Amino acid sequence: MTSDGSTLRTADVEPDDLLESGQARSPEPRPARPPATAPAASSATATKPGLSVRLEGLRAFYGESEQVKGVDLDFRANEVTAIIGPSGCGKSTMVRCINRMHEEIPGARAEGRVLLDELDVYDSSVDVVAVRRAIGMVFQKPNPFPTMSIFDNVASGLRLSSRGRGDLHGKVEAALRGAGLWDEVSDRLQEPGAGLSGGQQQRLCIARSLAVNPEVILMDEPCSALDPIATLKIEELIAELKQSVTIVIVTHNMQQAARVADRTAFMLGGKLVEVGPTQEIFTNPTDPRTEEYVTGKFG
Amino acid sequence: MSARETPGDLLTRFDVSPARRRKDKIARGGILAATILALIPLVLIVYYLLRKGLSSWSVSFFTTDPTGNTFFGGSNIGGIKSAILGTIEMVALASAIAVPIGIGVAVWLVEYGRSSWFANTVRFFVDVLTGVPSIIFGLFIYIVLIVGTGSSYAGYKGSLALSLLMLPVVIRSAEVILRLIPGALRESALALGAPRWRVIFSIVLPTALPGMVTGVLLAIARAAGETAPLLFTAAYTHQTNFNLGGFMNSLPVQIYNDVTSPTTAVVNRAWGAALTLVVMILLLNLIARLIARRSRLA
Repeated sequence: MTSDGSTLRTADVEPDDLLESGQARSPEPRPARPPATAPAASSATATKPGLSVRLEGLRAFYGESEQVKGVDLDFRANEVTAIIGPSGCGKSTMVRCINRMHEEIPGARAEGRVLLDELDVYDSSVDVVAVRRAIGMVFQKPNPFPTMSIFDNVASGLRLSSRGRGDLHGKVEAALRGAGLWDEVSDRLQEPGAGLSGGQQQRLCIARSLAVNPEVILMDEPCSALDPIATLKIEELIAELKQSVTIVIVTHNMQQAARVADRTAFMLGGKLVEVGPTQEIFTNPTDPRTEEYVTGKFG
Repeated sequence: MSARETPGDLLTRFDVSPARRRKDKIARGGILAATILALIPLVLIVYYLLRKGLSSWSVSFFTTDPTGNTFFGGSNIGGIKSAILGTIEMVALASAIAVPIGIGVAVWLVEYGRSSWFANTVRFFVDVLTGVPSIIFGLFIYIVLIVGTGSSYAGYKGSLALSLLMLPVVIRSAEVILRLIPGALRESALALGAPRWRVIFSIVLPTALPGMVTGVLLAIARAAGETAPLLFTAAYTHQTNFNLGGFMNSLPVQIYNDVTSPTTAVVNRAWGAALTLVVMILLLNLIARLIARRSRLA
């Protein structure tokens, strides 16, 4: 297990941004952003760095049953980390703990620490809504909002968090470009989002999460409902997106992990078995269980 | 057993047996018969309504109040204007009370209460309310607001009785629809950093709207056709009344009064009023469906 060099550096979004205004950690008012970053905020694809995420002793429960049993893991900023492992090993549950979606399930809770850069997202002073704006999520099945047009779907994150003012059209265009969908939909932004193909819908969902300008994007098997060509497009997109966000991708598909991930983590039975550079995990793993899994002996 | 089947053997093996053919015919026939049987009263109702009701329709039928003059062969008995307007006024007020409260209860049950003991208790009592005969609601309002306060009949008291009747129908139908909204939609909205109340107002309710409209319409249609809760809450009067604090006529009560009359013209007026009521509910249905379809993609 490596926890080396979690590249903590000065990102242009301070972790303090996530604190509720009334409970700011520092008594002095939040420092204004440097003007140089102002244009970056209007474009989802600008080279705004992502943030690192570190799990410390993370445990997750559904009622009494423990699904994630103490995981320590670093997701480095602006890298793609893949999480592989057999069904039911706790991959999705672990990822859902990162943006606190796990607790939305009745009876579910998490213990331990999830550090976004240096901020513990489970700290009692942290606003869960702000956490989810900083850490976006793309789900297994494409799920555009059925009552909304393509444009409204992308704008929904901004509108739902009362940030729909300003250059909404510019933000929507930037997000659609960032998701590689602009050229396909620019002439029919007012058509229903549900009318797109499965792969387009998934890229629409990626655009939707990009629009709120997150630092981290969690992807929970984003290609498992898509055909190979649509999958390829998403994978190319992931490679581009990591310039501006940190990406955590859960996948059942080991070839996909090998293709897109800088680092890969292997989980088994709610525990982290091994994490390292993708190349190493697939060619020269240190743990025999990892080797058995990546060579297809089980799982 | 031969090693290979000839093509002829294969054809025989794949033949539908005569017994199964027979059973299939009987089953199909049975289902068709049940459908026709169910359609007979439906068609007859529409037929009688049109035949008997249409003949009493005229411009003055809709523009004059009933006169109360039911003698002399029924000349100059008047129309049903006060009944139409009374029904519209009272049902509108009842809907204004029952629909927001009912949808609020359903949203609470689905989004917050879920399967807590209190939510389950609420569900149980809503179910009980659904089965309560409508006259009980009228009786309840009569005892509390008329006997209890020593005051007189009033349109708003009729509305209250109707809203009690509508409430469980609205809650139950809205709850069923809200439950059908995929959890993935709520999750993806929450994951975008939307507060829960915005998820409900911007995602859940718009998605559920077309379905909820149907439930609300069922409740309105039921309320518009009820006689019993109005008989001793809003009472019966001839005059058109825009003051919900006074006595108020309504189509069901008008029908109830007219149909017991010995005068043929007055009984025919009941048919005309019944047809009016059915047409009104039909129109309401069509309008609401159009609205719901349009708002699907606002």
